Amino acid sequence: MFKFLVKGLFRDSSRSRFPVIIVSIGIFLVVFLQAFMMGMVKDMINITAKMDSGHFKVMTRAYEELSSVVPNDLAIMDVDVLLEDLREEYPDITWTPRIRFGGLIDIPDENGETRVQAPIAGLGVDLLTPGSIELNNFNFSDTSVLEGRMPQEPNEILLSAKFAEQAGVKVGDQATLVGATMYGSMAIHNFTVCGLVKFGISVMDKGALIVDIEGARQALDMDNCAGEILGFYEDMNYGDRREESDKLREAYNAKYSDENDEFSPVMLNFMDQNEMRSLMVTMDSAIYGMLFLFMLVMFIVLWNAGLLNSIRRYSEVGLRLAIGEGKRHLINSMLLESLVVGFVGSIIGTLLGLALSWYFQKYGLDVGYAMENSSIMFANVFRAKITGQTFYIGFIPGMTATFLGTLMASRGIKKRQTAQLFKELEV
Amino acid sequence: MSKELINTEGMIKRFPMGNREFTALNGIDLKIGKGEFCGLVGPSGSGKTTILNIVGTLDIPSEGTVKVLGNDVGTLTAKMAAKLRNKHIGFIFQTYNLLPVYTVYENVELPLLLLGYDKAKREKMIMDALEWVDLVDKRDSRPSQLSGGESQRVAVARAMVKRPEIVLADEPTANLDSKNSFNILSMMENLNKELKTTFLFATHDEKVMKYLRRKISLVDGKIAKDERIK
Repeated sequence: MFKFLVKGLFRDSSRSRFPVIIVSIGIFLVVFLQAFMMGMVKDMINITAKMDSGHFKVMTRAYEELSSVVPNDLAIMDVDVLLEDLREEYPDITWTPRIRFGGLIDIPDENGETRVQAPIAGLGVDLLTPGSIELNNFNFSDTSVLEGRMPQEPNEILLSAKFAEQAGVKVGDQATLVGATMYGSMAIHNFTVCGLVKFGISVMDKGALIVDIEGARQALDMDNCAGEILGFYEDMNYGDRREESDKLREAYNAKYSDENDEFSPVMLNFMDQNEMRSLMVTMDSAIYGMLFLFMLVMFIVLWNAGLLNSIRRYSEVGLRLAIGEGKRHLINSMLLESLVVGFVGSIIGTLLGLALSWYFQKYGLDVGYAMENSSIMFANVFRAKITGQTFYIGFIPGMTATFLGTLMASRGIKKRQTAQLFKELEV
Repeated sequence: MSKELINTEGMIKRFPMGNREFTALNGIDLKIGKGEFCGLVGPSGSGKTTILNIVGTLDIPSEGTVKVLGNDVGTLTAKMAAKLRNKHIGFIFQTYNLLPVYTVYENVELPLLLLGYDKAKREKMIMDALEWVDLVDKRDSRPSQLSGGESQRVAVARAMVKRPEIVLADEPTANLDSKNSFNILSMMENLNKELKTTFLFATHDEKVMKYLRRKISLVDGKIAKDERIK
């Protein structure tokens, strides 16, 4: 009997091909949406980590307490030693020092008089070490520089193009940083503007200065010091390691951080900073909420498809009842059929969804054409991310919706008197 | 089992109609024995199909007793009724109701699959049934490739293949022309004689009436006349 029913199922395209196509399309969309949203979260994590927080950040306890005001007087001293220790203890994580600083930038005219003066946010990162992770973090290369070139000396700086345009600064101009040294005295240091860049973050584009960390050290009198040491997982995948990073941070702090020593190091992970933990929870909820809504819509569509398919077969149902098939047997066979359709559709939809997600994971969706040239330094390529969930999420609406649709139609068969049903079936 | 295959006493059937009830059958006493070839005749709404439904265990009487092959239809569970239909009753419909995705052979096979017969037994019984209706050469055809007469012959084969004691036929010739109607009726008459199967028709077709050996006339849910024709 099972073979007989399967034969009928395969021969009747309106019972098999059409429902399978509907299920496949629905599941394809669910799977791809899930992967794409996971990709967006991953991108968000990566951008925030690269620009600001790292996957881990090591500071002095005192610096951490006042980190919002960038207290470089509380920075890590003998940073080479700490860096060496970190690299030795955590070889799977790439560690790099940074100095954040603020100040005024003064652009003199040909007579040495102030032409323009404006507040600026500065960032000292490792630009000159070959293969530095920071070049990748900021997507720095000669082609990403709108005008000019990458710094080749510690006293060369990159300025945001927007700021430069407003201030009338050109490549090759002298720029004087007026700020405070690590020891609290006034810092006045001359740099040369070697390139103009567009960061793609409005805050940075308003007025940011990037300099090699050695240049920042010279300007701020921070020899062998750094405000922060950032750590990055080599594969840049933080999303799956939230718990692992919590454990690592706890272990490090328990071992090295001393409550009674404000200059002892303290480690924060990505989730500890910028209220990321609550933000991530909110984002997770939003993503699953959207996925749930989308799945609900698909659920209703597939449910209706199952319902319509069952209703369409009422005359077959009537005939089978007349021939002597029991209602339960009949309903079971229809439910089994719906499961087969749901399963096949879910497999096809999941495979298609995975294929497209894989494509977008590997090659991404380049939205750079909407920007100016290749000057956007990050997130100009949207990528999907295939997770374990991507493999099974489609089966939830795929299997249950078609099954429930058929079950609803079957209720009509089960509840009605056979003769009444027979009459309705117009046999 | 009683001598009669079908035995009704005081059969009443009422259907709800809004707030009221409509009496479709009003005290039907009927005895139909093995091998009879009889018909329920009368105008639309006289209760012909309702009797077929109750005798076919698709419905139950509101009052009275209906026994089919010794089983009291009013007390049968849905499962028992399905089993009785499965083993002992064949149906023939006005609109053939063949399953379009299956071949002639497979359409005839369906009742035997429900009975759980093995493949060899099924094949033998199906080929016999197709021979009775002269459709062996069409065994692999789909219903869409058949004429109306051929389709109804397949329906007859499907009803007869399990060798039921009773065949219930509701307006079996309504969609057929005269020639095909006579062919079908002759075929059913032969099967009735050969296999001693009891046929009960519901019809108002004069062509069918000519073949009946017993004509039960219904008017407003009552038997107006029950005549045996020689």
